[in-house]
Amino acid sequence: MNVITDKLQVEDNKWIGTRTVRPDGADKVTGRAAYAADNTMPGMIWGKVLRSPHAHARILSIDTSKAEALPGVKAVVTAKDIVEFPLDKSVMLGIQDMRWMCRNVMAREKALFHGHPVAAVAAINEEVAAAACALIEVQYEPLPHVIEIEDAIRPDAPILHDFLKFQDKPSNISATMTAKLGDVEAGFAQADVVIERTFRTRPVHQGYIEPQACTVSYAADGRATIWSSSQGQFMVRAMTSLLTGVPQSHIKAIPAEIGGGFGAKTIIYLEPLALILSKKSGRPVKMVMSRDEVMRATGPTSGSFSTVKIGAKKDGTIVAAQGTFYIQAGCLPGGPLRGPVGCAFAPYDIPHVLSVGYEVVSNRSKVAAYRAPGAPLGAYAAECVLDEIAEKLGMDRLEIRLKNSAKPGTKAAYGATFGKVTFEETIEAVQNHEHTKAPLDRNPRPGVKRGRGVASGFWYNAGGESSAQLNISEDGNVLVTTGHPDVGGSRASIANVTAELLGIDHGRVSVQIGDTASIGFSNLTGGSRVTFASAMVVTQSAEKVIGQLKERAAKIWKIDPEAVTWENGEARPAGPNAGQFPPLSLKELAAKANEMGGPIGAGVQLNTTGADPGFATHVVDVEVDVDLGIVRVLRYTAAQDVGRALHPSYVEGQIQGGVVQGIGWALSEEYLYDKQGRLDNAGFLDYRMPVCSDVPMIEPLMLEIPNPKHPQGVRGVGEAPIVPPLAAIANAVYDALGTRFYSLPMSPPKILEGLDAAG
Amino acid sequence: MTDVRYLAPRTLEEAVSAFAAAQGAARILAGGTDLLVQMRNGILKPGVIVDIKKIAEMTEIADLPDGGFRIGAAVSGAAMAEHPRFGKAWPGVLEAVNLIGSKQVQGRCSPGGNLCHGSPAADSVPAMVAAGAVVTLQGPQGRREIPVEQVPAGPGRTTLAPGEILVSFTLTARPAGAGDAYLRMIPRTEMDIAVVGCGVNLTMQGGIVTAARVALGAVAPTVRLVEDAGKALLGTRLEDAALEAAAAACRAACKPIDDKRGTIAYRTRVAGVLLKRTAAVAAQRAQGN
Ligand SMILES: Cc1cc2nc3c(=O)[nH]c(=O)nc-3n(C[C@H](O)[C@H](O)[C@H](O)COP(=O)(O)OP(=O)(O)OC[C@H]3O[C@@H](n4cnc5c(N)ncnc54)[C@H](O)[C@@H]3O)c2cc1C
Repeated sequence: MNVITDKLQVEDNKWIGTRTVRPDGADKVTGRAAYAADNTMPGMIWGKVLRSPHAHARILSIDTSKAEALPGVKAVVTAKDIVEFPLDKSVMLGIQDMRWMCRNVMAREKALFHGHPVAAVAAINEEVAAAACALIEVQYEPLPHVIEIEDAIRPDAPILHDFLKFQDKPSNISATMTAKLGDVEAGFAQADVVIERTFRTRPVHQGYIEPQACTVSYAADGRATIWSSSQGQFMVRAMTSLLTGVPQSHIKAIPAEIGGGFGAKTIIYLEPLALILSKKSGRPVKMVMSRDEVMRATGPTSGSFSTVKIGAKKDGTIVAAQGTFYIQAGCLPGGPLRGPVGCAFAPYDIPHVLSVGYEVVSNRSKVAAYRAPGAPLGAYAAECVLDEIAEKLGMDRLEIRLKNSAKPGTKAAYGATFGKVTFEETIEAVQNHEHTKAPLDRNPRPGVKRGRGVASGFWYNAGGESSAQLNISEDGNVLVTTGHPDVGGSRASIANVTAELLGIDHGRVSVQIGDTASIGFSNLTGGSRVTFASAMVVTQSAEKVIGQLKERAAKIWKIDPEAVTWENGEARPAGPNAGQFPPLSLKELAAKANEMGGPIGAGVQLNTTGADPGFATHVVDVEVDVDLGIVRVLRYTAAQDVGRALHPSYVEGQIQGGVVQGIGWALSEEYLYDKQGRLDNAGFLDYRMPVCSDVPMIEPLMLEIPNPKHPQGVRGVGEAPIVPPLAAIANAVYDALGTRFYSLPMSPPKILEGLDAAG
Repeated sequence: MTDVRYLAPRTLEEAVSAFAAAQGAARILAGGTDLLVQMRNGILKPGVIVDIKKIAEMTEIADLPDGGFRIGAAVSGAAMAEHPRFGKAWPGVLEAVNLIGSKQVQGRCSPGGNLCHGSPAADSVPAMVAAGAVVTLQGPQGRREIPVEQVPAGPGRTTLAPGEILVSFTLTARPAGAGDAYLRMIPRTEMDIAVVGCGVNLTMQGGIVTAARVALGAVAPTVRLVEDAGKALLGTRLEDAALEAAAAACRAACKPIDDKRGTIAYRTRVAGVLLKRTAAVAAQRAQGN
């Protein structure tokens, strides 16, 4: 469903807002799409990683001699081959600190989690590489390990890193962040109702289908080519350069088709290892992770331990909100603190806010970004407490959100002062939707209870660096190149925008993702920035090209370029010359390009700004089997301000995908460790992501309220939809059972225990 | 690298002699949906693979003169579903076999593989045990028949003698008033391994249970025939008290482990819940017949 609540000049749009055939569709459904593991080269050999069998151990020695002596082995790497970034000086690439990345791709002083790379081998085939890994002799001194947050912050906890200090003592708390507004103590003093609750969530994996993979060829001239699947070929180039010492200018990173990333492919694992193996062996080296390795050693996102306190007046006005969020970073610093700290209370206009985050290291794989990193953790706690406040006040759950909604000019605790705020629209869309009004049969059968819940969410969205190049081919068609891997349909959206702006048939536009040598720097695909940013640079490139086309026509007609208009894919004489000459089409101008001044094309590179935040409000119905403890989602409606849906199918897909990932987070997904600190469910069988039959059709309510700071009105849409589901489902389970659950996932044993405890 | 010899004999005798000759280095291949997974994970590295799908007796469903059925050990789940009469007589066995995996897996997976893989959570096994299936085995020592519940020996282990192959399952003709059912608890709706599985087979006359067999999966090292649960139902009209007694017998039969798929407390409790639900479905089927 599509609700346009603000007028954008959309009536005349021929391509923007339509469901054109996706440019990558045919390749994907016929199996032709070339993902990272599909690349192969003459002389190519295979790399494999040896991983730590311990959750925490000092590495005393590594003897690779037997592995190197095995016939077929061509190269071995260990941490000494990776550039070391000393612990006392931070070197940042975006939000990643190379001190931690160099220790994440290869264990240095210590192995910090079960699965931490300790060495890597390249050999003539995978079997020999695996056999060689088994011949590497590593002497470990096993150390006490710690997995859970509460254990890691205890005074007697094993310390992962002596150099990390909190309050002047070695600690596993690796960072803190505070967002503050007013004076919460004074705020709570004014409240009629105050509710404080503690919540726990487990780490969850991004669950992309395509495992990390790459091929790296380091040639005799010292130049390297990387084929890999990532959320940013420029990140791959820069990070590999930093970790190997090969200059960026000597590395070409070619983005493969990507089979999902959800944030996790904004960092690298294999590329530096493969590059060094290739350099040592003189052969192209391919590395492909198994699912087991993906689950053990990449991602996931943080688990959390949070306390949220909200105070409100009798009329429902929220006067104060306080949050303390402990989140896991994994084995090295760098967790998404700004997600819970900044987003938890951001949808609301609250005078007194104190939001404090603590990042905690423990013996798990280092976390990676996951869709709205950290924001679902904060929203889970805040939106559940808000539900309890509404209940206590006897207020409607949506009404209390509407009453406290942020407004233009509201200052958020994280620092921003909002311009346009579209939160109220999402609440009203849910209020007015048939789902909210439909009666709920609370006891359809004996032993079955149903409930309904709502929750809202906020995500910052982002702009940042993007580059585009738009070239007119000799036969008068259009090739657009951008620098972002397409994980969410950016090629389809860009094709729609380009066809619209040039006034030509969509089929004449091709969109491709350039490698690092063929397009200007473009930042990561992440933070819901790419369609926003690349539509901006493509629009400006198209405007430049149209300017060139008008100049060419003016030259041919010998009139002033100002007196030429571009309409419907052709140049027309205008003003006093209107009708004097027959129009010149793109094809005709392309055919005359060389005699009239040369090839036609233009590019634009920008650090884009104006990506306003995204808001979402969700309503969900659940059904609980009270004898087995199984929770099923029956119906789900997700309202979100999407700015302008350039390609509605993709926007719907983003909303539906975010919700489904949220459902898994709420009900069934979790990392399980055994007593030795080994991951016990490293695969899709026991790491339970929802399957198709677990989820109903998610109904997206796309509210098209154009972002005034974007030429097409685009707003990021990919993150906001994963923010509300955790709380919406928890609130619905409460509505069904009358028992509140403060820990995720709400798995069947937990539901039965909770019901027992409640009597 | 290790070589694997692949054999696809056309007779049972050839299969048995090739299997026995390899002396433990060989593995039988039916659908391969367990075997190939184990080989890819590096858990198994057989030197010889004996594919039994070319042997007629192992891949057919035979109607027996008395109205019963003999199901070849390597018949696929999909072939069982397509059989015109089998599912009408044994809907519980069929639904258990058809719960295995997905559409793709159904095209391959067999009840013989499900049993011989030796998983305590194998879905078709409790249904077969409740149904009172008898299996035919053939080995270097010849043929023998044993009740299906005597095959599992523990996780990943069976009582089959060296060189012995499971040939078929025999299910008797159904008397009037008979019905069976299988239900499992999985956290998701599909593509999951049973946390508890329950098979119930009832015969009812005038609303009274005249024969009852109950089996549980995933609650002990092997699938269990719960005789006390059957007894608790016998002679009753499946009143609440009878069902509660049978549920209690099921709980008492549980010797589960705490693992990533379920806790001891949860599995034990769910065994009782599933007994009641499965018995209700079986009774409905029995009384419809
Ligand atoms: C995606 C997926 C989902 C699955 N879901 C389920 C599920 O929901 N429930 C469930 O119970 N199982 C499930 N399984 C496991 C598997 O599909 C079943 O156990 C299936 O019944 C095995 O049958 P098969 O014919 O493929 O056995 P195979 O893999 O061919 O054989 C299994 C084992 O039995 C031995 N064997 C096979 N036939 C004989 C014989 N006649 N005599 C002696 N030994 C023999 C083999 O040597 C091997 O060790 C799943 C598997 C996959 C891959």
